[in-house]
Amino acid sequence: MIRMRDKPYIILGLVIFLGLLAFPFWYNVGKASAAPEPSLDTPAIRQLSQKQCVEARSYMRKSHMQLLNDWRNWVVRDGDRIYVAENGKKYEISLQNSCLQCHSNKAQFCDQCHNYVGVAPDCWTCHIEPEENK
Amino acid sequence: MGILVSLLAVIVLILIVYLGVGVANLQFVFGVIVPYVAMVTFFAGIIYRVMKWASAPVPFRIPTTGGQQKSLPWITAARFDNPYTTAGVIGRIALEVLLFRSLFRNTRVELREGPKLAYYWEKWLWLAALMFHWSFLIILLRHLRLFTDPVPYFVSLLEGIDGFLRVGLQGLFITDILIVAAATYLFIRRVIIPQVRYISLPADYFPLFLILGIVLSGVLMRYFFRVDVTAVKELAMGLVTFSPKVPEEGIGVLFYTHLFLVSVLGAYFPFSKLVHMGGIFLTPTRNLPNNSRAFRHINPWNYPVKVHSYEEYEEEFREKMKKVGLPVEKE
Repeated sequence: MIRMRDKPYIILGLVIFLGLLAFPFWYNVGKASAAPEPSLDTPAIRQLSQKQCVEARSYMRKSHMQLLNDWRNWVVRDGDRIYVAENGKKYEISLQNSCLQCHSNKAQFCDQCHNYVGVAPDCWTCHIEPEENK
Repeated sequence: MGILVSLLAVIVLILIVYLGVGVANLQFVFGVIVPYVAMVTFFAGIIYRVMKWASAPVPFRIPTTGGQQKSLPWITAARFDNPYTTAGVIGRIALEVLLFRSLFRNTRVELREGPKLAYYWEKWLWLAALMFHWSFLIILLRHLRLFTDPVPYFVSLLEGIDGFLRVGLQGLFITDILIVAAATYLFIRRVIIPQVRYISLPADYFPLFLILGIVLSGVLMRYFFRVDVTAVKELAMGLVTFSPKVPEEGIGVLFYTHLFLVSVLGAYFPFSKLVHMGGIFLTPTRNLPNNSRAFRHINPWNYPVKVHSYEEYEEEFREKMKKVGLPVEKE
């Protein structure tokens, strides 16, 4: 066994490096992290006979931001206010009048996942943020 | 040859995921077991490699130098290129790690008619390498938003700065563009410069293709074929809190491809040339001060050598020496 003169320094550096890499492991200790549960419990949704968004649930979970982006472009640039969904149903393209009609609970719906994954969509720099229904 | 082998290896890795997750539905294997195995391999491998380096003897000062050595007080010494203090060494390593200072000195050599040796300005390798490594670091730090809850402020801040270009509703990450550009440049450079191509091995191409695969799968997920980010974070949080579970909402094969390639990179890392990440700090030609002329360095593990001096020798044989008429120092 060869003696290591600089061993203490090397081990110190290694410990610091591995400690930094393990940041997610110790950062989350003692912090309860629960998967978000966006609430679908609003007066408008309760009245729906068939609880279905403009597109399928899995599509909305993945691509709602893409859809909103397209909607914005169609309305603002092309003046096209009718969206024909995959199943042929027609919807008015409007954040306020379509999306927020059902999802009137921004704090329990939008913010749930957005806060969880740390995104801050800038919808509300143009649109009026909905007043929470008590 | 090396290119084909490496490309084939990465394609096989991607096929494994498509068969494993897409066909055989082994979400738990590819989402939990493989990442954990990769993590353990990475940590254990790094410790093994560094400890192995640490046990290599470095009895002498062997720094490479690129400037005036410290000598007489009126001669300006190169503080970083020929460091003679610990501070100088720390500065040298820091500049090396953060700015790739020695790569900045890179020139292109050509033998011209005459024959004349010509050196050309060549900073593209330095620039691409710097772009690649810094982008990689920033992208890695950005990913912390999927591994921490609540997301620390510096991660959001970094993401805000990186994504300040807006295309449509979302931020277009500058580092995403830079890393694709830089990695592509580094690959093309390897292929079109004959000398570089000649010395390139599968061990050079494979990490490049692997990283390109990771980057492209990430870019595809973010900008083109979206995945359920909330479900991805649920999986990631499960891993870092040691309560792993595959989220009920399915995540696409593209995500598992990304995760699997990252796992392979992590497990491959300590046993490949990618450990230069740790090696750069333990390079004796960089991390030793060049002070051999100012201080005497004694090999710390020298054993006491048994000597028999001439005085002792004469003491022992004086009588015999005198008898045969040999001259002695003491009578």
